[in-house]
Amino acid sequence: MQPLTNKAQAVSRAPMTFWERLYLINIIKGMFITFSHMFKKQPTTRYPEEKRAFSPVFRGLHVLNRDEEGRERCTACGLCAVACPAEAITMEAAERETGEEHLYREEKYAAKYEINMLRCIFCGLCEEACPKDAIYLSETFAPANYTRKGFIYGKPDLLIPNPKTEASDLALARGVEA
Amino acid sequence: MTILAFDWGLVIEKLILIAVVVFGSLGIALYTTFGERKVAAILQDRPGPNRAGPFGLLQPLADGVKLIMKEEIIPNAANKWLFILGPGLAMTASLMTCAVIPWGSDIELFGRKIALQIADINIGILYVFAVVSMGVYGIMIGGWASNNKFSLMSSLRAASQAISYELAMGLALIALLMTTESLSLKTIVEQQVKGNWWNIVYQPLGFLLFFIAALAECNRTPFDLPEAENELNFGYHQEYSSMKLGFYLFAEYINMIMSSAIMASMYFGGYDLPFFDESTVAPNIAAMIGVGTLLIKIVLFIFLFMWIRWTIPRFRYDQLMNLGWKTMIPLALFNLLITGALILANL
Repeated sequence: MQPLTNKAQAVSRAPMTFWERLYLINIIKGMFITFSHMFKKQPTTRYPEEKRAFSPVFRGLHVLNRDEEGRERCTACGLCAVACPAEAITMEAAERETGEEHLYREEKYAAKYEINMLRCIFCGLCEEACPKDAIYLSETFAPANYTRKGFIYGKPDLLIPNPKTEASDLALARGVEA
Repeated sequence: MTILAFDWGLVIEKLILIAVVVFGSLGIALYTTFGERKVAAILQDRPGPNRAGPFGLLQPLADGVKLIMKEEIIPNAANKWLFILGPGLAMTASLMTCAVIPWGSDIELFGRKIALQIADINIGILYVFAVVSMGVYGIMIGGWASNNKFSLMSSLRAASQAISYELAMGLALIALLMTTESLSLKTIVEQQVKGNWWNIVYQPLGFLLFFIAALAECNRTPFDLPEAENELNFGYHQEYSSMKLGFYLFAEYINMIMSSAIMASMYFGGYDLPFFDESTVAPNIAAMIGVGTLLIKIVLFIFLFMWIRWTIPRFRYDQLMNLGWKTMIPLALFNLLITGALILANL
């Protein structure tokens, strides 16, 4: 095979010369190499203070979307749950009563909507399957938790803040996620 | 009738000195562990511990608290007395070395002349050697008492390594003693303070041999075979937990400090600040400058130890023995011969 770079070198099998057998010179050479590393730039990201930007296609924690009037977009059609290869999504549908029009956009809504973040593989197929633009993958990831139960995210964890009543929270969440 | 005119001042003075030296070296050892981690990090392009306190300076305290809070486990099959004795012995032996190190020239306090040395005995170096070879008993006893084959294997390694390298160390030192004509560390340092040159100029090969042997005696990389992580599972302190493990690790760092102090005293002028005439300032200030100088030399040596550790991989066991017996000892004898010839020729 042709070498792709000119960095390949044949290993020398020649017996060691006196200076090589002395080790000391090579040890000193090695010590200068490590010493030079004292002045090199550290590639470390000092995490909690300094965060690395996610790539624009990053698929993180899910959010359940609302429309401009603050109504939940999800109609509990179940397409996301069907699309989910990890079977992480469960939901229960309910019918919208009169007087709840300001809460839910369509006549049917998800009374219970749970995603098990330990099962989820963050593939984004739910996002693709959703006909109502109700579920999106954001740019954060699930924080650590002490119990497995804590990783089952319900509607209160997933829904974005209401743009009508909690506009400042929404702005904050957008700002953090950006 | 006074049978014994007992000088209580001397007792108090020595007790204070012992306390300062012992707690001082413990404190320095505490921060040497921090230094080790920091040096390792910087040499590997990492920031190192930086969470506990400013720049991570409280890290040693956090480590200590963690060690103390750990469960104390004594294995069922272990010999309990010796298991407890092991780390204690290792610690005692490494702390005993500091008794003969001259930390500075004499100071005058309350009309007394106080020597900054716990005991100026005329066989100082012999004492150091005796105590240093005691240090291997801590490892031997701990490794044997653990009743674990890896621990035993590692203590055997430690013992044979110590014996092999002590020979070369002693021979390298004899050449130095031939030029100084004294075994007292204080005298050796004073000669270097008064003379023009440090002993390193007269004994470069001797120093190199002594330094390599000191690395081996302290079980430092590249000679850290007794605690070879990959093949012996941390060796002799495998069964140890909590503060007993802490004592072993601590003893290693104190050994490092002490051998740095001894190398600084014997080859690098001890508390002698070069190009500076101590008689131009008050004796107390001169002594303090001397102590500072010695501490700086010790820190530089410790840095060298760490720098070597994070550069060179461990020797194989046969390489270690070959180096010890077939290279170091003949070289030390050769050095001895040259030194003797030069002394005879009155050079």
